[in-house]
Amino acid sequence: MFGVLMITLLLTIALVGSNMDIILKQGIVYQVRAEITENPAIAESFSTVEEFDKFIQDQTDQRIETLGLDEPWYSPQRVGFTMYKILILDFGNATFLTSDSGSSNVGDILLEKIPRTVLLFTTATIIISIIGIFLGALAGSKVGSAIDRITSAFAVISSSFPVWWIGMLMIFLFAFTYHIFPARATPSMLPTEPGYILALLYHMTLPLITIVMIGFGTWAYLVRNFMVGTMQEDFIIAKKSIGIDKKKIIYKHALKNAAPPIITILALSLSGSLGGAIITEAVFDWPGMGRLYFEAISVMDLPIIIGATYVLTVLFLISIFVADLLYGYFDPRVKTE
Amino acid sequence: MSSVSPTEIKREFMKSKTGLIGVLILLSLVILSVVAITTIPIDTFKQWNNPGNWISYPKTAAPAWINYFVMEKIPEHLILDNPTVVTKDDVISLTSHQFDVQYHYDDFPSDFIYEINVEYSGSQLLQISLIRPNNSQILLVSKSLPQSDSKITHHERIFSTDSNIKKNIQIHFSEMGFYNQNTTSENMIFANNYGDVLKGNYLFLVNIYGVNENVNVIDSKLILGGKAYGMMGTDELRRDLAVGLLWGTPLALFIGIAVAVGSVTVGLIYGVYAGFKGKKTDEAMMRFNDVIYALPALPFLIILAVTISNSIFLLVGFLMIFSWVGIAKVSRSMALQIKTRQYVEASQMMGQKNSKIVFKHIIPQLLPYAFASIAISVPAAITTEAGLSFLGLGDPTFPTWGQILHDANIYGAAARGIWWWIVPPGMMIAITGLAFVFIGNALDAIVNPKLKK
Repeated sequence: MFGVLMITLLLTIALVGSNMDIILKQGIVYQVRAEITENPAIAESFSTVEEFDKFIQDQTDQRIETLGLDEPWYSPQRVGFTMYKILILDFGNATFLTSDSGSSNVGDILLEKIPRTVLLFTTATIIISIIGIFLGALAGSKVGSAIDRITSAFAVISSSFPVWWIGMLMIFLFAFTYHIFPARATPSMLPTEPGYILALLYHMTLPLITIVMIGFGTWAYLVRNFMVGTMQEDFIIAKKSIGIDKKKIIYKHALKNAAPPIITILALSLSGSLGGAIITEAVFDWPGMGRLYFEAISVMDLPIIIGATYVLTVLFLISIFVADLLYGYFDPRVKTE
Repeated sequence: MSSVSPTEIKREFMKSKTGLIGVLILLSLVILSVVAITTIPIDTFKQWNNPGNWISYPKTAAPAWINYFVMEKIPEHLILDNPTVVTKDDVISLTSHQFDVQYHYDDFPSDFIYEINVEYSGSQLLQISLIRPNNSQILLVSKSLPQSDSKITHHERIFSTDSNIKKNIQIHFSEMGFYNQNTTSENMIFANNYGDVLKGNYLFLVNIYGVNENVNVIDSKLILGGKAYGMMGTDELRRDLAVGLLWGTPLALFIGIAVAVGSVTVGLIYGVYAGFKGKKTDEAMMRFNDVIYALPALPFLIILAVTISNSIFLLVGFLMIFSWVGIAKVSRSMALQIKTRQYVEASQMMGQKNSKIVFKHIIPQLLPYAFASIAISVPAAITTEAGLSFLGLGDPTFPTWGQILHDANIYGAAARGIWWWIVPPGMMIAITGLAFVFIGNALDAIVNPKLKK
């Protein structure tokens, strides 16, 4: 698992490293030039153009060396150093982006964005899974009924719609045609004002509805398929023939038996939700992890890209691990293997 | 896993309603693609992002069919390039181009532009006049084309905002006694005495007078600016959305099918080989599989598109990298089962080559499953590509539906109520996805009979 994490990081560094170096070096050249234009005395102290050029070159080289940029990004020292820093959770400072409070420490930025993503996407995932499990259980217990068909059809149809497009339509309908919800998902007031929480909840209604609407169908369909499998098992048929209440069978016995795969999916989608959907956040202008990631990539802010990838991958791996443990707990058969 | 014969699959598939609907949608999409490729040359389509190509189109015009549903008819954008030509040869030669316009809309046109490309020598006089439904004739422009002794080609655009037109209109309507200083030329000439739209038959006369008949009109076009155009309307950059939507179809099908076929093939062979070999090879291959599985796909796709290239063909490759993993896992476990079957063991004992066993004995067993997976993984590929394009990372030489939506988002189409810029591209994405989901689910139900109950 640790190996997976390291490979992910290496790949990220490999992909953005060379571009990053070019950008940083250009930055240094600009910096040196700017200093000279600010202070004309430096330029005047040279008699020939060659000398002056040499001075600029020396200054640039010197700074590149102090930052360790004279070695290519793939040199073992630099990669090793970056990896070591990340392992001790020191992500360094962002090159361009800052947090809302103005800090450019990557740790601060991530800490600021993660709660917002949790607020929207994790809430949505929980709602989706609750609706999905109950609807799926209901549909799975009455195979072929109207509710089963509607659920299945809805799942199939909703899975082929891109969430962000539905988001655009929702904004078009409810923000601009009927003026019920605001179009931008970020409240315009400061977090310290008293009504902030209410305003935030009001602003997140539209994205929340959109995500839930598109998401729960697929969930219900999955749960339904697990339920269909369990409902055919002998012990359920035995319980039915004894005459146990059908509701009790569905929610107590069948659902419990279908639990292991459901929990695995739940764990994975919860950790997946932390990344926020990059595109959904872009549509609703939600200032979470997804948008941070996109902004960081578009300006090539290496520390943030690496930091965010690292955090997301760690969370993903942890959730795989937890899901495995839970699977063993709910379905002891896998443990004996 | 039980093997299902092709004829059985076909028979079962014909019974599945959704599957047939899926095939029907797919067929119509394929027909649409063929229509797009044959009727709209790719060179036109490559001009999508070149504003110069779209200059004679209206800005954010609604689809023309909207007029069937509204009471107040929105003026349609008319591009008239097929005038009636009358020539007279006398001492003074006359070439006359007559544009007949049936104007029956409830609003004024937004402007009009006359565009001419003419070859002549000597001095020529260009005169544009208009006969209105009430039979009054207005002289709009009277100007001489640049004098030239040798033969030259002259290209000119005369806009309705031209000050000469305004002056001529002022003279005309002042005589009639109802000139309104504050309206534009087009509002004046398309209005009746009360300032409302005068409906009826308008005739634009473009006359070129010359002393010698050395006039050859290469191109003559009258554009009557409106707020409705074509099947699908136009966007903020005057682009005809019908062209973009039509060409998006073959592109989306190409991306979806290429990615799905590629990743399923790779995943199938990879998984089967790992499962068949077993032991350490299996272990190593599955660990590598885990690494790819744990990579956050979309962020990596974005990084790849930003740093390496956003070419559509490379993008297909990138999408494949992230989508073969699940199939490899499933086909490995299936291969593990098939491996233990006697005929596989027998051929192994006979000393058949590993590659032959994999390709001849195991993979054919998995083909039904593979086809279902191909159909199911097409929509994901299409929506992912659309998503990347939506973020502005698409290939600008091959605009896709996602890019149309990207532009719509940038120009605030939702806020301005330009629904024809948002709804159709998304609908196309959804419908294409739906077709494959239907087909895939129908196949899946046949291949995995457990789901049917």
